[in-house]
Amino acid sequence: MPVIEAVNAGLRRVPTWPVYVVGALPPVWYFYLGLTGGLGAEPISEMEHRLGLLGLQFLLLGLAITPLRRFAGINLIRFRRAIGLLAFYYISTHLLTWLLLDIRDPARIWADIVKRPYITIGMAGFLLLVPLAATSSNAAVRRLGKRWRQLHWLVYPAVLLGAVHFVMLRKGWQIEPLVYLAIAVILLALRLRIRWVTAVMRPDSGR
Amino acid sequence: MAYKRKLTWSDVTPKADWLNRRQIMAGASGLGLGAIAGPIAAAVPIERDQTAYEDITSYNNFYEFGTGKEDPARYSGAMTTDPWSVQIDGLVERPGNYDLADVLKGMDIEERIYRFRCVEAWSMVIPWNGFELRALLEKVGVQPSAKYVGFETLYRPEEMRGTRSPVLDWPYVEGLRLDEAMHPLTMIATGIYGESLLNQNGAPLRLVVPWKYGFKSIKSIVRITLTDSEPPTSWNKANAREYGFYSNVNPEVDHPRWSQATERVIGGGFFAPRIDTLMFNGYAEEVADLYAGMDLTRFF
Repeated sequence: MPVIEAVNAGLRRVPTWPVYVVGALPPVWYFYLGLTGGLGAEPISEMEHRLGLLGLQFLLLGLAITPLRRFAGINLIRFRRAIGLLAFYYISTHLLTWLLLDIRDPARIWADIVKRPYITIGMAGFLLLVPLAATSSNAAVRRLGKRWRQLHWLVYPAVLLGAVHFVMLRKGWQIEPLVYLAIAVILLALRLRIRWVTAVMRPDSGR
Repeated sequence: MAYKRKLTWSDVTPKADWLNRRQIMAGASGLGLGAIAGPIAAAVPIERDQTAYEDITSYNNFYEFGTGKEDPARYSGAMTTDPWSVQIDGLVERPGNYDLADVLKGMDIEERIYRFRCVEAWSMVIPWNGFELRALLEKVGVQPSAKYVGFETLYRPEEMRGTRSPVLDWPYVEGLRLDEAMHPLTMIATGIYGESLLNQNGAPLRLVVPWKYGFKSIKSIVRITLTDSEPPTSWNKANAREYGFYSNVNPEVDHPRWSQATERVIGGGFFAPRIDTLMFNGYAEEVADLYAGMDLTRFF
């Protein structure tokens, strides 16, 4: 399709560095807003929630790249590393807000991680992302070879844990977090389908 | 009485500089605030500042208008509060559909400064205006067989956009044991900082039970029913494991998903630390004997 071709041609001309620059701004901006009264009566919670949500959105965006190419032909693959790293950056600042501005007390932080299932789940999701961020360089991709791919499958459980964390922290069954969970499940299901289809279609896949 | 000494209006006034009290007295007759007898402050001494009026009226949980904290301030304007009537029924001597003016008739509107602790672990200090629930119950006459009081919030989907989604089983209902309802700390509020209640705070009438988590203090009341059995309560119906009938503020009994040991004070800004939550929200001296002998981890 000519439209898709044009979009892809346009995307190829966009460098990736501005994504990092613009993507770096939200936590700084929220911090500024928090200091100046722009985050409402409860700035700490507000900053925590905004950063967490942004992190989840970027994780989902990262997961959407393959299906977008597969089903719509739009190629955003060049931006996937930036999107993934920004997701990690938002989730890290989300965690830091919780540690340094919200709870502050190390004993209580540990107690919360151990005792509160939604925090345990959120922490687990974060920990799964650490090795992925640490192996995001070209050198790491080369060094790990095939294992790099396998390692980066960890993003699937991480996204699910993040979405479940979001569903659990709200009071009652609220629509918004359930929508995020549904999107995560759909994106993962598309993945399985892609893999299944590729396995069946590939001539050398037969035994 | 012990809980009525110590704090006076002079402690509040600095936060309320913007108010001209005489104007309020003149302008508030519609809600019965004209009956303000004078500067009577209440409650256990509160070492904390009163929460700013702007925060009290912009950071709210009132799920009938949405689950976001800013939703009530944004959308509750659609709620009609005039005319307003309250159905008072069940085990009472004089049941009926009481017009707001009839409810307020003969009630002494006092000012009381109470701590307010949300189950979500944030808190405010609010100078309420209102009257003791006891006075209203005595006015309608409680039958000897009554043991509980049930309350119900207005349910009008066309004016309350949040009720169009099934976050809770509408209408919102709450309840108290009769002795809790008759306790002199328990009040029906009609105003905050001397101003008539805004819709987002539960206009025109709401319950205030300062030693319980905020969701017990039901807003925009349209029905009060005296019963002999424990009335259903909305959050308990939604999740009995997390929200009990009593829901007394208790730093030692955690919410299953988060700690209740500390709370964040609204208005403290970015760098204010959490503070310790007090047993019965600081009202233990006044209310602990209501629960003597009860296992508070079971009756949470």
